[in-house]
Amino acid sequence: MTTLTEAQAQHVASPGSPPPLLEVRGLRKRFSLSGDFLDQLRFKGGRLVRHREFVHAINGVDLAIQRGEALCVVGESGCGKSTVARTVMGLISPSAGEIRYAGERIDRLSPKALLPYRKRMQMIFQNPYASLNPRMTIQQTLEEPIRLHHPDWDRRRVRDKVTEVMAAVGIEPDWGGRFGHEFSGGQRQRIAIARALAVDPEFIVADEPISALDVSIQAQVLNLLMDAQRERDLTYLFITHDLAVVEHFGTRVAVMYLGTVCEVATTATLFATPRHPYTQALLSAIPRLEDDRPQPIRLTGEVPTPVNLPSGCVFHGRCPHAEPRCRREVPVLRPQADGSRVACHAVEEGRL
Amino acid sequence: MALLEVRDLDVRFALRQGEVRALRDVNFTLDRGERLGIVGESGAGKSVVAFSLLNLIARPGHIAGGSIRFDGQELTGLGERGLRRIRGNRISMIFQDPLMTLNPVLSIGEQMVECLKAHRRISRREARTVALHKLQQVQIPSPATRLDQYPHELSGGMRQRVIIAIALLLDPDIIIADEPTTALDVTIQAEIMALLRELCEKHNVGLILITHDLGVVSQVTQRMLVMYAGRVIEQGPTREIINDPQHPYTQGLMNALPQMATPGSHLNQIRGSMPSLSQLPPGCAFHPRCDFMHRADGSARHACAERVPDFVASGNCRVACHMVAEMLALDARPAEEEAR
Repeated sequence: MTTLTEAQAQHVASPGSPPPLLEVRGLRKRFSLSGDFLDQLRFKGGRLVRHREFVHAINGVDLAIQRGEALCVVGESGCGKSTVARTVMGLISPSAGEIRYAGERIDRLSPKALLPYRKRMQMIFQNPYASLNPRMTIQQTLEEPIRLHHPDWDRRRVRDKVTEVMAAVGIEPDWGGRFGHEFSGGQRQRIAIARALAVDPEFIVADEPISALDVSIQAQVLNLLMDAQRERDLTYLFITHDLAVVEHFGTRVAVMYLGTVCEVATTATLFATPRHPYTQALLSAIPRLEDDRPQPIRLTGEVPTPVNLPSGCVFHGRCPHAEPRCRREVPVLRPQADGSRVACHAVEEGRL
Repeated sequence: MALLEVRDLDVRFALRQGEVRALRDVNFTLDRGERLGIVGESGAGKSVVAFSLLNLIARPGHIAGGSIRFDGQELTGLGERGLRRIRGNRISMIFQDPLMTLNPVLSIGEQMVECLKAHRRISRREARTVALHKLQQVQIPSPATRLDQYPHELSGGMRQRVIIAIALLLDPDIIIADEPTTALDVTIQAEIMALLRELCEKHNVGLILITHDLGVVSQVTQRMLVMYAGRVIEQGPTREIINDPQHPYTQGLMNALPQMATPGSHLNQIRGSMPSLSQLPPGCAFHPRCDFMHRADGSARHACAERVPDFVASGNCRVACHMVAEMLALDARPAEEEAR
């Protein structure tokens, strides 16, 4: 095969440029559905056989995030976007593939060797009702990461830092003595953001940080994340299913379907000229306020389960442009004239 | 006369901490075949409206006042037997989570037959034929097989189609859909919404769609109500409200949407959050968050913090806001003077 993966193509294109802040190559993750070894044993035709089933959550994902950008990963439930976020953060280990942070490989480090990276990378979770320890006060919640990463700091310095991040996210400093349950969802998400900012990270993974919040509160939190990016020079990996948020927030977008990336482009390019048929359907399905827009592209069929992946292109079962080749051959991400990368045979053949 | 007419609906929950007024002064009508949207954020009372229409409010909640007239019949004082004749039969309901709505131990077919037999004198076989026909209407692939499948064998989108089929089973006059697509993905949501809209149009069924998504309301409904802290604060034709919202809260809600802003720019956020129903501020419940508490010249509009605003007509819309009332009065004055 002479085709290049996305990451390789990028290196060929710009040999002298610094490495991306975060780079993921050939990432795969499968989860066993069959339990432990003993659970996997079955009797079949009088013989003992080992039967194993897997959920193929990510099937070969290549991503590169440059310093200062906000890469949004979008897709529908079960497409593996959250698994990408968690694998990147080292919360779950990949089944195959590499994760590099500032050029260094971090996917096989011991917890101790990973510690300095954990200070540089922080995560914000979807549900602020679950991500704050109910038995800790806000002050304790915010002090914990600082104490862990700066054991040499004295009490006063820790406290000053907490006051600073509280001010940065708009929490009153005298709320420190209160507990998480005393706050509304939006305020809790502010606290979760403050906790992520407390160790001065350079990279933040945000997994659906505003999905659990009401519309008026979503805007508050999104503004906060954008302000933090400007003031602290942050790089984001932003996981979401909400395309309107992506259009507003992201510098680049990766669209995922069933564990694979089907299109990567700058936000402006993707929204102006979506190339992959799935991206087109996804964009047309956003409920817009205007009434003069065209009918959404109606996809037929259902998302297949990631247990039995379809052959060839994972999208072929619902794709209006599928041809026999799509059922046989897995498409790879190929660079397009407009700078985007699309994994689609129809686009490659010029049919679309 | 409207098919459904809700007047001064007042719903209260008697809690240990005291009585909470979940709804007050809710007024609206629904004509035959009309699609009405109810929007608001969580806690605004949209679901309470849906539940109280069929008197499904569970204790400690109760309808404390007002009237709900459906096809000439008053529903608020109706007993269980009378309500049963209407629930599921003439007014049916679609809930948010399809997995919670379907009985996991009964096949799809049994649930549909059960529902038909509860309301009609019909044989099992005939009921199955009706059920099959309804599954075809909601465009479920291989409907005959689905009849004998159980809810867990279907995907989320399919389940919601089954629920719509059940809601349509007895040819109701009104379907109340409470966040029917919130648990679904965008592409599936678009399919389900298009389907619901088509079916309502085709069979002349009224739809009350409850949602927090202004985009969905804009695509599906003809008229809409905006709710805040247990009250309707603005109502009128959907297009007019979407294109030119009058109430500061509706304006704030729309301006907060990322699609209304230039990518990357600061979003227009509404400050603070919705007050708890047990601790409503005096006057207009929105006034602590409102940008128009003060007039352009800096003078305070005291009424906002003191008096609950009455509805004023603005075009085809009705708005409960002191600021809007004041502006309308100012607009009207020169015309009066000219007339004199």
